[in-house]
Amino acid sequence: MLSALLLMLGIGALCGIILSLSSKVFYVYEDPKIALVENNLAGANCGGCGYAGCSAAAEAIVNGTEPPSLCIVSNKEGVEKVAEIMGVDAGSAESPLSYNMCEGGNRASDKYHYMGITSCKAMGVVFGGKRVCGVGCIGLGDCVKACKFDAVYMGPDGHPVVIDEKCVGCGACQQSCPKNIIEVKTLSEKLMKFNQKQDPLAPCAQTCPAEINIPRYINQLKEGKYKEAVETIRLRNPLPLACGRVCPHPCESECRRGIEDDAVSINQLKRFVADYEMNSGSRLPIKCAPDTGKKIAVVGGGPSGLSCAFFLRRIGHKVDIFEAMPKLGGMLRYGIPEYRLPKKVLDWEVGGILDLGINAFTHVKFGKDFGLGSLMASGYNAVFLGVGAWEDYSLGIEGENLNGCYTGINFLQRISSGEKLKLGRIAAVVGGGNTAVDCARTLLRFGLDKVYMVYRRTRKEMPANEVEIVASEEEGIEFVFLAAPVKVVGNSEDKVTHLEYLKMELGEPDASGRRRPQPIEGSETLLEVDMVISAIGQSPDASFKEQDPLPRMTELELTRWNTIDNNPETLQASIPYIFTAGDAATGPSLVVDAIGGGRRAARSIDLFLKGEEVEPVVDSLQQKRIHESLFASVDGIKKSERAKMPEIHVNQRLDSFIEVDLVLPEENAKKEADRCLNCCRICYNPDFPISK
Amino acid sequence: MEYFEIFIAGVFINNILLAQFLGNCPFLGTSKKMETAVGMAMAVVFVLVMAGMITWMVNEFLLVKFELDYLKTVSFILVIASLVQFVEMFLKKSIPALYAGLGIFLPLITTNCAVMGACLLNISKEYSFLSALVSSFSYAVGFGLALILFAGVRERINLARVPKPLQDTSIGLVTAGIIALTFMSFKGMV
Ligand SMILES: Cc1cc2nc3c(=O)[nH]c(=O)nc-3n(C[C@H](O)[C@H](O)[C@H](O)COP(=O)(O)OP(=O)(O)OC[C@H]3O[C@@H](n4cnc5c(N)ncnc54)[C@H](O)[C@@H]3O)c2cc1C
Ligand code: SF4
Repeated sequence: MLSALLLMLGIGALCGIILSLSSKVFYVYEDPKIALVENNLAGANCGGCGYAGCSAAAEAIVNGTEPPSLCIVSNKEGVEKVAEIMGVDAGSAESPLSYNMCEGGNRASDKYHYMGITSCKAMGVVFGGKRVCGVGCIGLGDCVKACKFDAVYMGPDGHPVVIDEKCVGCGACQQSCPKNIIEVKTLSEKLMKFNQKQDPLAPCAQTCPAEINIPRYINQLKEGKYKEAVETIRLRNPLPLACGRVCPHPCESECRRGIEDDAVSINQLKRFVADYEMNSGSRLPIKCAPDTGKKIAVVGGGPSGLSCAFFLRRIGHKVDIFEAMPKLGGMLRYGIPEYRLPKKVLDWEVGGILDLGINAFTHVKFGKDFGLGSLMASGYNAVFLGVGAWEDYSLGIEGENLNGCYTGINFLQRISSGEKLKLGRIAAVVGGGNTAVDCARTLLRFGLDKVYMVYRRTRKEMPANEVEIVASEEEGIEFVFLAAPVKVVGNSEDKVTHLEYLKMELGEPDASGRRRPQPIEGSETLLEVDMVISAIGQSPDASFKEQDPLPRMTELELTRWNTIDNNPETLQASIPYIFTAGDAATGPSLVVDAIGGGRRAARSIDLFLKGEEVEPVVDSLQQKRIHESLFASVDGIKKSERAKMPEIHVNQRLDSFIEVDLVLPEENAKKEADRCLNCCRICYNPDFPISK
Repeated sequence: MEYFEIFIAGVFINNILLAQFLGNCPFLGTSKKMETAVGMAMAVVFVLVMAGMITWMVNEFLLVKFELDYLKTVSFILVIASLVQFVEMFLKKSIPALYAGLGIFLPLITTNCAVMGACLLNISKEYSFLSALVSSFSYAVGFGLALILFAGVRERINLARVPKPLQDTSIGLVTAGIIALTFMSFKGMV
């Protein structure tokens, strides 16, 4: 008996001593926070968070790689306690939420019928899915079964619906889905998502340069959820008010309804919800991710700069904007005239972006008032250059500098800044783009007797927005097509009296498919004018490159069009911490292009700041189309009238700068939203059932 | 040859999971996913070999010497538990990569009856030290083999249509029984 006791005691003591000794010898320093955090986790060692055990999870939280809300089992108090230990705000922690991408569900017809398989995973293995759509939801609800929190249910349309309040972001549904339809994403991940080849995307959403989820916001509008619609747009576009007014909506030309009928008036619907927010008097809250402590300088406060700043701020970075002009907005303010985009509207929109906590320094010019060196010295981790294209091309003809000659951007910008210019009676505007049309329409509003637009080619080739060309015809602008100015004629006081041009004829199509105009010998014609505005194109003003004293600046490569050279997919310039988008990178383009570019640059900057490789989005769609989603014909369409844009009458327009285009009335907007087929990749809601 | 026999017997004929029915808890608990099954199998190989050696020594140099055989079970529990703790600390410091790989599975084994059972079997068969070592290793390999086989089968079962009352653990046990039956065919080989 005694020996038994002694032996057990002995073994026990020995084990104890060895263990306590080895805990000294093999001691690994652990942040005391880890133990504290672990005490507040559920302690179930369930592995649901993706870590092997609670101590591993606690370590990840303390290392900052995971949010306090990591533990999928612990309740709200637990999360709050962990957040307290970590010294962060539990509320702002980026909790991921489950998100279903498929819009299709039941309406996509079945390709295979097989009785007996009850799980998506099995169905996916056997057939790659039962529906005709290769990427869509199979609808057998593996995600519903996988969710331990009852946050997912199978909706009436045959695809899962997530209840945000119940979702804890554990990712079980994502793991169970064989089709990557349901994904668990944080806000930052949602904001930095770009269209990819395998995504379930409607043709319009593939076409939009800003990649807005168009069918989703139209559907929200239809259901009267205007706020949600604005939020959907803001995941991709910080300037819905401006875009809703000036965007030439490339999306509409790919609209599936447009194959059989008039396209849905997508942009007017965007404007409707955006105006709804503005007119409601209060701003919708815009969520931002927790601060990351990184700081970025955005040079240029145009659409690309604002977009880049907006998205960087929303994913938690600190952003300062530096702008050469007295106010932000870029071409939206200094190019596009008041009657198309009222300054009041722009101010409201820009104000909302700055309210996120973005600082703007105006009246400071990059290269002159500050440079790359000073930005680096002030601790900025990366620089975005969105300086636009503000330098007018010159005509390169005799008499261009006579009294009464202006260049397009310069003219518009001085008018917008409130400068009183000496105008004439009869003006000729040379060019066929937006700038030319805007100059001409502005001149009319200053009461000129006659405004000519002189363009080398014909109306068909004019690059300006179609609506604007129509409006300028209505307003009485006279077009002189197939005319190439050769000389500005002046009198003895150097005042413009005539514009001399050569008549042209269209020759063979050139590489771009446009027929090249050729001058007709001896066809010189005189046009009596006392003012000439040349608006034949712009290029970026890259003078900062020479002005900047920092030698590194010479490494910044420009293209032969004076645009800043960059990797077209990552938008990174030749100096790795410089990123660029918008007109400065692409040459004169569209507002939506600048917005899309700004967001893409934000993604690259984010990668760069995290120290990761700045790589392009995998399988990025970027202006390419998914072939199977483009139809030749569409069944089940009943023709219906497209909503007409309300506008003020021509008589009222010409003596003022009040906004010409008006917003759709609510009733018409809803009716227009009803016309949307709510397309996905290949399925859609036909107007009437298609018989097979 | 003797060691080879022990090995074959340990892995197949007397498979600790499928012939002796020890360690059913991890067998069902960690066999839902291949990844976890592999992790568990590795951890068991590691711990069982260590435990086999230590318990043999404890038995030989303490229990037998002082004629206290009847304390086998209780003293082995103590020794194995401490051993696992020790191994965990050691790995964390010296081989963090392996520690991260075995992760949660190490502490789980503290209470694994397959480990305990294998050690007791070694003693009851009166193996020499080397034989005990080989036999521990082979039991562990057998454990891993059965676990990984079973995990593979269960991953497939997930794709099949199982009647509601039989889902999950029930069908797991049925399957385990059938696999065990197949292992019966090894009986009498050596
Ligand atoms: C008259 C006109 C009409 C247009 N109409 C339309 C339309 O209807 N629809 C449409 O989609 N697009 C239209 N566009 C095109 C659209 O405005 C541009 O594509 C878009 O604004 C480009 O945005 P951005 O941010 O790249 O550049 P910008 O808008 O040009 O902004 C660049 C900003 O950088 C600032 N900046 C420049 N240099 C410096 C420096 N060195 N330091 C600091 N700041 C600097 C500028 O002051 C400016 O604020 C029009 C353009 C013009 C000129
Ligand atoms: S019908 Fe609607 S979803 Fe389909 S392409 Fe047109 S706007 Fe987009």
